[in-house]
Amino acid sequence: MDKVGIGLFGSYIPVSRLDRGVVAEIWGRASIGGERSVANNDEDCITMAVESSGNCLKGQGREAIEGLFFATTSAPYKEKMNSALIATAIDLKREITTADFAHSLRAATGALKTAFDSVKSGSMRNVIVAAADCRIGYPRSDQEQAFGDGAAAILVSQENVLATFEGSYSICNEMMDVWRNPEDTFVRTWEPRFILGEGYANHMREVVTGILKRHSLEPKDIAKVILPAPDLRSHRSLVQQLGFDLKTQAQDPLLANVGHCGTAHPLLMLVGALEESSPGDTLLLASYADGADAMIFKVTEEIKKERNQRKLKDYLDEKMMLSSYARFLSYKGLVETVPGEPFRLFPSATVSWRDQNSILRCHGSQCKQCGTLTYPIQRICYSCNSKDNFEEVSISDMEGEVFTFTLDNLAGRSDDPVVVQTVAEMGKEKVRFYGMMTDCDPSQVKVGTPVGLTFRRIYDGAGMHNYFWKCRPVKKGGNE
Amino acid sequence: MGRIKDEVAIIGMGCTKFGERWDAGTEDLAIEAAYEAFEDAGVVKEDIEACYFSTVMASTIGVSGAIAADSLKLGNIPVIRNENWCASGHIALLEACIAVASGAYDMVMALGVEKLKDTGYPGLGTGRGMHPVYEARRTSPGSFGLIAQRYFQTYGLSVEEGRETLAKIEVKNHDNGSLCPKAHFHNKITVEQVLNAPIIAFPLGLFDCCGNSDGAACAIITSAERAKDFRKDPIYLKGFGIATDPMLPHFRPNFSWASFDSLVTSSQKAYKMAGIKNPREELDLAEVHDCFSITELLIYEDFGFSPRGKAKEDVDSGFFTREGGLPVNIDGGLKCFGHPIGASGLRMTYEVYKQLQGKAELPERQLKNPRLGLAHTFGGPPQLSAVAIFGNEKG
Repeated sequence: MDKVGIGLFGSYIPVSRLDRGVVAEIWGRASIGGERSVANNDEDCITMAVESSGNCLKGQGREAIEGLFFATTSAPYKEKMNSALIATAIDLKREITTADFAHSLRAATGALKTAFDSVKSGSMRNVIVAAADCRIGYPRSDQEQAFGDGAAAILVSQENVLATFEGSYSICNEMMDVWRNPEDTFVRTWEPRFILGEGYANHMREVVTGILKRHSLEPKDIAKVILPAPDLRSHRSLVQQLGFDLKTQAQDPLLANVGHCGTAHPLLMLVGALEESSPGDTLLLASYADGADAMIFKVTEEIKKERNQRKLKDYLDEKMMLSSYARFLSYKGLVETVPGEPFRLFPSATVSWRDQNSILRCHGSQCKQCGTLTYPIQRICYSCNSKDNFEEVSISDMEGEVFTFTLDNLAGRSDDPVVVQTVAEMGKEKVRFYGMMTDCDPSQVKVGTPVGLTFRRIYDGAGMHNYFWKCRPVKKGGNE
Repeated sequence: MGRIKDEVAIIGMGCTKFGERWDAGTEDLAIEAAYEAFEDAGVVKEDIEACYFSTVMASTIGVSGAIAADSLKLGNIPVIRNENWCASGHIALLEACIAVASGAYDMVMALGVEKLKDTGYPGLGTGRGMHPVYEARRTSPGSFGLIAQRYFQTYGLSVEEGRETLAKIEVKNHDNGSLCPKAHFHNKITVEQVLNAPIIAFPLGLFDCCGNSDGAACAIITSAERAKDFRKDPIYLKGFGIATDPMLPHFRPNFSWASFDSLVTSSQKAYKMAGIKNPREELDLAEVHDCFSITELLIYEDFGFSPRGKAKEDVDSGFFTREGGLPVNIDGGLKCFGHPIGASGLRMTYEVYKQLQGKAELPERQLKNPRLGLAHTFGGPPQLSAVAIFGNEKG
């Protein structure tokens, strides 16, 4: 058995970006420059975790996966296991370990360390660690501009690892620097000089210096130092104080074009570093919140294997600018807009539970007699009438084309882009999927537009969030 | 194939003024339609042995036929509620006919009532109300927009050509509706107006969508044998067809979106029962389900009025206008007369009934000696079609 390490990885950044200049202008303040990612109005940390985990496992069977850990500070439920929902949506088997890690920006590195320890101990062969966050800064604050939304997932394994886990070092430090009370929408902070100096900089310096010493390493031995930071200035000065070269050794902190993605940020940067790394590279990852975690990885030959997945760079390049600050406020739930048509919806915990193989796992039924593949699962075959004679087939990874569509102005909320109702033919079986289209420019949709499926939060009702799949344009034959 | 042709007859009908009836509740509408029908048939309420009652937008807990029983004070007779989306009125009427044909009753009524304007919103809501997510934002215009998009694609029409063809259908229906006192809308429109109106569900614009109206209509049915005891010009049921597609079209494998099996099947069954070989030639008028302009276009082809893919030519030549070879929706259709869902099938039948009797309100909209007329509704996502054919002579 190989040394424990990172088997696979995947990132996710929502397609929408908000120009920070737009926010600055609204409030008559200076822009911190660049743009930030913004989760679409049908996205939350669950759907983004599903995206990044799906991207991590792209092209891989799900049978062999034995666990999923999820880390966030912006869970849609205060009590309910988010990792169970994510594991179901990415179609993992039922006999797995799931656990939620929460309440701190160190939750992801905490989950990652637990994953390495679990796999090393032999209690699991492998486990996915997914992290996603959508934190909100106070309107008019620096954080409002500085935060971003994003997700990342790491498969921790002992087989064919792309990077070995060499060890970790942690420090615990209790202080009120950055926090949210249970009833808070926005992130609270104490005086910047206290939180950046005494909190962030001191502890990151201590943990990085500490782990280098424990592993008898010098800064020059590190190919990439991965230091999530609250702002570019803190990042720059920390890198330099620790003796790393900013240009060659510091991993892109993703602050200029994405923003700080909370719990997900260390893993997102780690994915970025892995994607640019070469065999033999030593990577140092650190993360901060009430103390700090640090880890060291060594990249293996496996990293050279080509993978058909979307890279962080693809997400950075493919973006759509959000048209206004008003839309940002509405997407974040901070401004209520005129509701659309009252839909005769039927939210039901029992139906959602009973039909979860179709609704969440995105399974259709393929007739064993005639081969017809239908979504959602049909007990009697549409083509040959054979009864209860089918195999469940996942269609969530299939790509297809728009068969017909309409731009429906009646179906939307007032803050929506127009709702694209879509009938698509997916996969070589041409299974029909009907749903809304998201992350698209409605004016560019045509019959024949290539689409994939994406898991989204489609409406809230009966006190719960209802998730389902939507179509999304993809590049034909591309990495999506 | 059943032996119902010429076995039952409609001897009286009533229809309310359609529109935004802020003045009238469900019960007022029921009374208005039913009493016109009683008077037209020369019967009294006590002659009625069963009521087939159609309404759609009622509470989901169940309402049974109480609306009809309570408003009309129907005493101790069965009131059978029918809810079959937009085809409810037709299916209630046909069940009433079947009940009389069976010999179970001598005289029954079919009553359709819908009060859409008490709901507080202009549309119909969405989905079939059966599932938390599969049809979460499926609207009616959206579903028919999917058809229009695919119809254009299938027959190589550009969006501009397609929309202009659909616009001509609505110009015709508004022209017809302008002559109909009981219709919801009376304004004539132009192709330019249709094309420039706001988009509802692209490629469908405002004028491609029918009105949301309140209204009720009612029919009194008895056996053909007894019909002439009540009036000299009863209207006979010649044939009918009802068909439901086996799956929501949206998820249906290989579905074309340019033709519906339920439309083809229901019309063919009705033609066969009525002994019609060439509907384009033999029918004198048709009231079809123009919930959206594209629906009427699709029906021209699925009902065999126009060859496949050629409906545009008939639209361009004015074949379906009042003066054309086969007048369609000469009362303005759902578009202009209005579409109170549960009442629509009976309202269409009302127009066929009056035309076949030569009793249209205004002479300029009365067809010359029509003998055979068709009425049709198409319901749901869509998925369910009901066709009925009537004639003014036996044989």
